[in-house]
Amino acid sequence: MPNVQKETEADLIPIFIMGKRYLVPESLTIMKAIEYAGYQFIRGCGCRGGICGACSTVYRKAGDYKIYSGLACQTVVEPNMYLTQIPFFPALRREYDYETMEPVAESIYQLYPELFRCVACNACTKICPMDVQVLDYISALKRGDLEAATRISFDCIQCGLCASRCMGELPQYHIAQLARRLHGGKLAPRAEHLRQVVESIAAGKFADVMEELKALPVDELRKLYTERELEPAMSDEQWRPSNNAGL
Amino acid sequence: MKISYYPGCTLKTKAKNLEDSALASLAALGIEVEELERWNCCGAVFSLADDDLIHQVAPVRDLIRARDAGADKLVTLCSQCYNVLARANKLMREEEEKRETINLFMDEEVDYHGEVQVVHFLDLLRETIGWDALREQVKVPLEGLKVAPFYGCTLLRPAEVAVGGGDRGAPHVLQDFLSALGATPVRFSAAEECCGAYEVLINPVEGMRRAGSVLAAAGESHADAIVLSCPLCEYNLGRKQGDIRAQVSGIPDIPVFYFTQLLAIALGLDASAGRFELNMASARKLLQDKKFVEAPATQV
Amino acid sequence: MSITILLRALDRAMQERVAEISGQNVYKCMQCGTCSSVCPMSGDMEITPRQAMLLIQHGLVDPVLSSRTPWLCASCHTCQVRCPRGIEVTRVMEALRQIVLRENRDMVNPREIPAESIAEMPQIALVAGFRKLTS
Ligand code: SF4
Ligand code: SF4
Ligand code: FES
Repeated sequence: MPNVQKETEADLIPIFIMGKRYLVPESLTIMKAIEYAGYQFIRGCGCRGGICGACSTVYRKAGDYKIYSGLACQTVVEPNMYLTQIPFFPALRREYDYETMEPVAESIYQLYPELFRCVACNACTKICPMDVQVLDYISALKRGDLEAATRISFDCIQCGLCASRCMGELPQYHIAQLARRLHGGKLAPRAEHLRQVVESIAAGKFADVMEELKALPVDELRKLYTERELEPAMSDEQWRPSNNAGL
Repeated sequence: MKISYYPGCTLKTKAKNLEDSALASLAALGIEVEELERWNCCGAVFSLADDDLIHQVAPVRDLIRARDAGADKLVTLCSQCYNVLARANKLMREEEEKRETINLFMDEEVDYHGEVQVVHFLDLLRETIGWDALREQVKVPLEGLKVAPFYGCTLLRPAEVAVGGGDRGAPHVLQDFLSALGATPVRFSAAEECCGAYEVLINPVEGMRRAGSVLAAAGESHADAIVLSCPLCEYNLGRKQGDIRAQVSGIPDIPVFYFTQLLAIALGLDASAGRFELNMASARKLLQDKKFVEAPATQV
Repeated sequence: MSITILLRALDRAMQERVAEISGQNVYKCMQCGTCSSVCPMSGDMEITPRQAMLLIQHGLVDPVLSSRTPWLCASCHTCQVRCPRGIEVTRVMEALRQIVLRENRDMVNPREIPAESIAEMPQIALVAGFRKLTS
């Protein structure tokens, strides 16, 4: 147990983890607060950077009927937060042969007909920790609009909270992922500049540089690596490296 | 006055012929409508359980979107969507307790009290243009085309949302509409009957019999075609017609149109506005035989 | 003619549930049979709408529930438009369906519908069907 005596009263706030009260420093994220309280994450934690979707947390606040959600690694604790982790919620992904699949709405309907059980309750959108308009992408798919579904669901990190709240028992995020795959891989126009760059590399654009690097002794290679120019953390879009030789 | 347009899911896919022909016709008639920027599936069937409000949320959400878009009217084409939206609107206007519960549940939206008026496309034509004025706009009168007007269930029942406004006795909006286009509406005994609806999912045999009896009645009426406004009716009576004919005797081979497709043709719009490739093959052929549209260039 | 109904056969609780979900007073039914005569599906029903009303009046809801009648009803609303007593019979049918569905029972399994049928059907067939036939 952490030694709470040493902390000043003002720094500590009460939170409830699965019903049990703990005093934790007010500046911590939910994830760090849970660890501070003595728990160890075996599952329910991955990137610690708000990307992997492993740390979804559901909570309530004293005196408030609403259900809140957040990523434990990104959300700072509040006094009297009642929380629990939902590291996983069962939502089965169908198997399919992507190569032979047609990029049309019917392909999705055949695999996930329960799509049509959505009642537009909007519970999914309300719970989504990424502020994805889940109902809107489900609505888009019901009308066969893969492009809109792709666009609207783009920030989804597959945490599964939407599926945990769904009145129609849909696995929304798997359905959206299939839509993005079909749209992204088979419908969206290929990026022309990407094709050009890939071609130029295949044609040997960096061949000489690579040979030079391969010939270097390890020490010099390490020095080159540690001294490489990094993009500053707060740079804007105007930032360019001082040496553009590789491009 | 701003009119919002609610398409419904099927009009964006299999019933694109209903949507495209309607929108092209509206443009030709100078009626401006704006599709809702955000909308969800209305649920297709109105919830009939007195204690079940969750299934009212979908249509009410759409009504809220229309209100928020500043619309006075919300026009729909699909009979089912019309029925659901109109009844949900009525509920929000008249049933105070339910309205409050629904508004409380949808705490992410601004309360709704039935501010918008829901109209079906047929009533929009009747009210804003009128049959006489429509007749004057017709460039290709559909002379000699005998049409069986099929209302089905959801344009007419229950009475409080029936299209046609003050229609007394038998409904006649579709007949009036067809007459304005120069076509001949025939007496059709199954005009107000059910097409079999969603029976296909649970009682396919009985559903097929139901659709078959509607088709047989259309045959007895000596109509050249059936006209309707619902993609589910079109599926049961049109798309499935071949299957029915294979199993039930006495089923005629009769094209099925959305009413807006005939409107587009009568207004002299290009045949491409009708999207007839989405109908049964016999549909376009009938219009060609009657010389209302030309055969597509590729066919000659 | 007199009919004897055993008191213990009456299921008041079930009868009240039908009344509550449907919002209809089944005792208003005078057994004229209009509903059955206009119902497009009654030819396929072993218990017709009129008979269903009679059984419910007598508290005999179970036999109606175990028949196909509520699932053959297409919610066409013809009966209720024609009922001379103003009973919304369609809502009574809905109540019967709801009593079954609310036990978390599905009458169709969406995942068991053949893929070709799903591809061919308009979306409203599936939406309407799932609303009426799944819990
Ligand atoms: S859409 Fe669903 S799975 Fe994706 S981030 Fe939101 S709640 Fe999580
Ligand atoms: S939670 Fe499920 S039923 Fe509710 S709006 Fe989202 S997808 Fe639809
Ligand atoms: S740990 Fe990956 S999103 Fe929080």
